Amino acid sequence: MTHFQDPPGILLDNVGFEFGGTALFSGLDFVIPGGQWTCLLGPSGCGKSTLLRLISGSLGSNFSGSIRFDRGFSRKNLTAWMSQKDLLLPWLTVQSNAMLGARLRGEATEERRQRAAALLEAAGLKGYLDAYPAALSGGMRQRVALVRTLMEDRPVILMDEPFSALDALTRLKLQDLALELLQGATVLLVTHDPYEALRLGHRIQVMAGRPARIRPPLTPPGSPPRRLDESEVAALHTRLFENLKSGEG
Amino acid sequence: MPAVRFVLICLGLILVWQAVVWLTSVPAFILPGPAETVLALWRKGPLLVHHAGITLLEISAGLVLGAVFGAFSALIMTASGTLKRWLLPVLVMSQAVPVFALAPLLVLWLGYGPASKIAMAVLIIFFPVTAAFYDGLRSTDPEWLDLARVMDARPRAVLYHIRIPAALPAFASGLRVAAAVAPIGAVVGEWVGSSSGLGFYMLHANARMQTDLMFAALALLVVMALSLYFFVDWSMRRVVYWQQTEIQEVEQ
Repeated sequence: MTHFQDPPGILLDNVGFEFGGTALFSGLDFVIPGGQWTCLLGPSGCGKSTLLRLISGSLGSNFSGSIRFDRGFSRKNLTAWMSQKDLLLPWLTVQSNAMLGARLRGEATEERRQRAAALLEAAGLKGYLDAYPAALSGGMRQRVALVRTLMEDRPVILMDEPFSALDALTRLKLQDLALELLQGATVLLVTHDPYEALRLGHRIQVMAGRPARIRPPLTPPGSPPRRLDESEVAALHTRLFENLKSGEG
Repeated sequence: MPAVRFVLICLGLILVWQAVVWLTSVPAFILPGPAETVLALWRKGPLLVHHAGITLLEISAGLVLGAVFGAFSALIMTASGTLKRWLLPVLVMSQAVPVFALAPLLVLWLGYGPASKIAMAVLIIFFPVTAAFYDGLRSTDPEWLDLARVMDARPRAVLYHIRIPAALPAFASGLRVAAAVAPIGAVVGEWVGSSSGLGFYMLHANARMQTDLMFAALALLVVMALSLYFFVDWSMRRVVYWQQTEIQEVEQ
């Protein structure tokens, strides 16, 4: 449905950020490969969301080091954003919310409307196109947010704990849907849940400590969505937990 | 249910009024009872309606103009930081001038006709509308704005699609306050100098000790003010339709 052709990776070079005089993180040096899901795992408050916002550009350039996209891509029209809050506008219908980006750029066409409708149907929201967000459950709202993210047609998707406010079953379903629809995009998913990282990530980066640093990447076997009852994955889960715990000390 | 409650409250107030009249047995020229007031309304109906129409016109024109000016100045201050820094102190200073003290001046400048009363109402309404709408425009959820930024949105589209709708509930509460205070402006204007309107009529009746007519005019004014408030409230609920559903959701 959506084709991501050769999406760029993200190169972080010695990235540091200070908040109120103390370093939140420093010396972050790693690569987020193109066309894969990378999960950025860390305890609450370690600055992983801040890092994501630095990459999205919404915090401006108040940081040290450099964040670049490989092959000289510039950030404009490159990234899409999805967060824990669905951020649906309550005065717009589901369909209009899904095409918010196009509306904000003055590109809302009949073709975009139809595409939004098709994607919403694929996300199981047939019959809700003209509903207002208030009439939807949390899971449905987040599905609309996912469709809105897809509608951007951006090769790099930045996700800030998009599934963490959902109940367990809804979360699993939405993770699968996101994996399916965002196949082939460069996805950076911030999460504090080692299970989620193991289930979804081609690669896992752990961020911990104060100021936070990045650990060498982890590449779990197999491809997402992984089953979590395999012994190898279970062992990794324990290791990730240890990693997070030691980082907090 | 709210309608029933409202009628019951009105009936209760009328009963208390009647009870005070009975218990104190004050003469009717000091405190006429509900019956005398209704009688006066009936007797002078057409004349009262004529004056009420003029007052209503002044209040409505004041409300519309005040709301438009208020919304406009809030938008200007949102759009330009420089203008905001110059305009905001002026607005605050203007509130230090008691509007009632301005009434004689307005009559002097704009004459005995409706214009001075409309100006009075506009002055009273302008500030609550501006303050509420400006506050709403300033406090857009920053995450919405972040999302819009990542979407490479055009600033004007953000204002139109996100910031203004997000500020409409605040604007609506400003307008409700405005609807409640607008009659004060018009009536004060009429008291200071006019040849028509309910305020004028009340002064006139007062001078002749026609207290029942004063009460009739007052009753009409109350009905008008309440109708105006409920009309504004009703239309604002339609403007911010999404809040309605959210409240229903919570209640269910």
